[in-house]
Amino acid sequence: MALLGLLIGIPALASLVLLVMRDDRKRGIFVKIAAAATAATAIATAITFFGSASTSFRIGSEVFTKTILVLEVVLCAVILWLTFSAKRILIGLLSIVQTALIVWFELTAGDKLHVQKDIVIDRFVIIMIVIVGVIGSTITVYALGYMKDFQKKAGSVPDRRPFFFFVMYLFLAAMFGLVLSNNLLNMYFCWEITSLSSFLLIGYTRTPEAQHNSFRALWMNLLGGAAFALAIVILGIYYGTVEITQMISIGKAGASVVLPACLLVFAGLTKAAQMPFSSWLLGAMVAPTPTSALLHSSTMVKAGVFLIIRISPVLGENQAGIMAMFVGGMTFLFASFAAISQSNGKKVLAYSTISNLGLIVCCAGIGTFEAVWTAIMLVMFHAVAKSLMFLTVGTAEHHVGSRNIESFDGLFSEMPQLAICMAVGICGMFLAPFGMLISKWAAMKAFIDSGHALLLLVLVFGSSATFFFWTKWLGKITAIVPGKRNIEGSVHKEEWFAIKGLAVLTIVVCILFPVLSAQLVVPYLHEVFHTEMQVISNDNLMIMSFMVVLLVVLPLLAFGKSHKKLVNTNLSGENMGDDLTFRGAMDVPVPVSLRNWYMTDWFGEKKMTAIGSAVCIAAIIIEFAALFGGELHV
Amino acid sequence: MSNILSGIAYILFAPLVGGLLAGIDRKITAHMQRRKGPPLLQSFYDVFKLCSKQGISVNRVQDFYVGGFLLFVIISGIFFFTHGDILLVVFTLTLASVCLIVAAYSSNSPYSQLGAERELLQTMSYEPMLLMMSIGFYLTFGTFNLADIVSGPQIGILYMPGLFFGLCYILIIKFRKSPFDLSMSHEAHQELIKGIATEFSGRTLAMVEVAHWYENIFLLGFVYLYFVWSAPYSPLIGIAACAVVFVLEILIDNCCSRVKWQRVLTSSWLVSLVAGFVNLLVLMSLR
Repeated sequence: MALLGLLIGIPALASLVLLVMRDDRKRGIFVKIAAAATAATAIATAITFFGSASTSFRIGSEVFTKTILVLEVVLCAVILWLTFSAKRILIGLLSIVQTALIVWFELTAGDKLHVQKDIVIDRFVIIMIVIVGVIGSTITVYALGYMKDFQKKAGSVPDRRPFFFFVMYLFLAAMFGLVLSNNLLNMYFCWEITSLSSFLLIGYTRTPEAQHNSFRALWMNLLGGAAFALAIVILGIYYGTVEITQMISIGKAGASVVLPACLLVFAGLTKAAQMPFSSWLLGAMVAPTPTSALLHSSTMVKAGVFLIIRISPVLGENQAGIMAMFVGGMTFLFASFAAISQSNGKKVLAYSTISNLGLIVCCAGIGTFEAVWTAIMLVMFHAVAKSLMFLTVGTAEHHVGSRNIESFDGLFSEMPQLAICMAVGICGMFLAPFGMLISKWAAMKAFIDSGHALLLLVLVFGSSATFFFWTKWLGKITAIVPGKRNIEGSVHKEEWFAIKGLAVLTIVVCILFPVLSAQLVVPYLHEVFHTEMQVISNDNLMIMSFMVVLLVVLPLLAFGKSHKKLVNTNLSGENMGDDLTFRGAMDVPVPVSLRNWYMTDWFGEKKMTAIGSAVCIAAIIIEFAALFGGELHV
Repeated sequence: MSNILSGIAYILFAPLVGGLLAGIDRKITAHMQRRKGPPLLQSFYDVFKLCSKQGISVNRVQDFYVGGFLLFVIISGIFFFTHGDILLVVFTLTLASVCLIVAAYSSNSPYSQLGAERELLQTMSYEPMLLMMSIGFYLTFGTFNLADIVSGPQIGILYMPGLFFGLCYILIIKFRKSPFDLSMSHEAHQELIKGIATEFSGRTLAMVEVAHWYENIFLLGFVYLYFVWSAPYSPLIGIAACAVVFVLEILIDNCCSRVKWQRVLTSSWLVSLVAGFVNLLVLMSLR
């Protein structure tokens, strides 16, 4: 219990200290210590609770409950103040409604509730704690170097770095609180903090665009928060509990908990940026890169899928489950398509996050052993590889001067180490023996076994689109462009630490995933579903693990060791001799410029988002209508 | 044990049979065009000649990627012939094609890159069908494992005619035949010089050739899977089916001219949807 206090306390305390720390050098040292302490506590927690299948704690203190309630009102006041001063009163009203709902519920029905398990720690929570602790704190270290460059380059943006680091650590503390909570009231409180934190981080630069996008993120997430609050009230009044574990046992005992489950799924969908709510995550790009890395990999969107995976045992063939499956599946397909048409690196990453989360949500919605196995594996692989991708793009942007993938031409010659790390990230995201494809394999099996033909269709087409846009990117950065000089020297060492660390972690996770599956995911699922099964056979897991080793060893042995005579490329026989220009008409040298293929007419962002959102809105409305209207089968 | 033997046999004999098939291909094509055509063993002579050429390259990393392509094609073939998992075969094949595409990109030459992008498009076009084919086998035989599929009591083609048709359709792309030979073809009239292979020469080009021989053998293996069941004489039917499909693909090649990329993508996705997916729906309802 003390350890758990530390887990939330260290980042919370660090955030307060960082708020008042103005000195650059001191902050540098302090953040490194805080990050190390946070990661160490997370790992210590994981080791301590690894032994037992599931541990639960009861806080049972009246003072604690009342404090949370007061803090919630404070939080609401802060949001009100922020929205009123920006003249966006409607958003503030959304916050008032849900806070009023929760306060009313606590004051009238709060005494009658007897919460047995405020905190539950099982293997899934352990996975989440390690992800938040290790990846989240690595990103804060990266931010040290990155924000120095950022402030230098963005001259007009006021230097609010103390505030930036304050919010980052607050975010981590809230995330720890969120994954530990079994009591929905506490989880709701952390949920709202993450909404507010992401709002503050997105609006960091205070440009009109940043303001606009941050408010969009806020209202969408508050809408989810409202659904969350409503779910709590309904659970409390009609089922007499606010515990997730209780809700699941009620659901498994045969009573219908579809309505609260639907509301919680809806809350998860907003936070996990599923269509039609995907626009807030895309808008979050305006923030400095560490923000995106944090939002996409270890916090925020992972909170959304965490909640849906948590309640997945009561999903499946009911309105809540079908809503998750359908919205997730369609989001996976259309976000993958949209990613094809994008050349902005961060936007490609954003769409790929949205589509991957779609797959996770979809699997969680199916709610069978295999499907949830896939969902959890995807969460792990995605967290590691995606954070690596964001950090490499952020660093490349500062040195190449653009985040457009077209300007990453010849990155391999300019920034070889960075390009290798980026390639590891890309491979980690989609390539055969690596994580993501394994998860797709399992997803396919889960979809077949649960008999959802439409989802299969979504999966096979969506994953071929994934292949297209990732390989295109991989090709661009591996191109060897003559005449480029190495510009890697000025990358801060904090950035290298984070990037290389995550690259190694990606490879390690890809090699050790059979162990992770056997030690963490399968035991958790065994406890939840009371069955044991092999989603992908051990032999195949070993083969794939071995292939990753092969892919790591081969380049060390043979990469770039060819001793052949070097010649010019084919520019139709009119190469000027430097591979970069050819002799055009009238004997004029014409520079060669190569552009990738985007097929905007086919996979344009607007079209894909419009179709995807329309389908998903329809799915959400139909499922809620079916729920209230009774017998309408989909 | 027999699995390991067939794996070794694949490594040793697949290039021989593949090269021979390439020779037969050129013979049949020539006869369809009322030409005499090159000797049967011409493909081998070509590869030997390529190997004897001076080693030149546009950069120092290309050979590595092409080597990776050859290696992973061989590995996916090994998975196939040692009766591994059909999905593992498909995914390793994807890995191999990524290697080839990256090799072309790495040269930073316009023709290569155009070829690479077209190859990417082709991969995106045929990938859904390959996955659906695997799903079809899973639904029919209850497993992705090839050992169980070849010895199963069901005759695949009876359950999966639509999926079989879809496979034949995308094999046009995989065999690099007209009308879908956008990224690279064996004829000299390719509008993009040699597409994805523009900057490969000598031994490197030979490696690409040999990799295709390997690849073609186990692609025909997919066809074979539809026609074998537990009956002892069924392998003969399977081999005959492979021969028919092979000649059919050559016929299509000679009858069609190259189409635009839009047609490749739409038509193969449409075939996947109509023939493949409808077949899957039927299989799912049979379960």
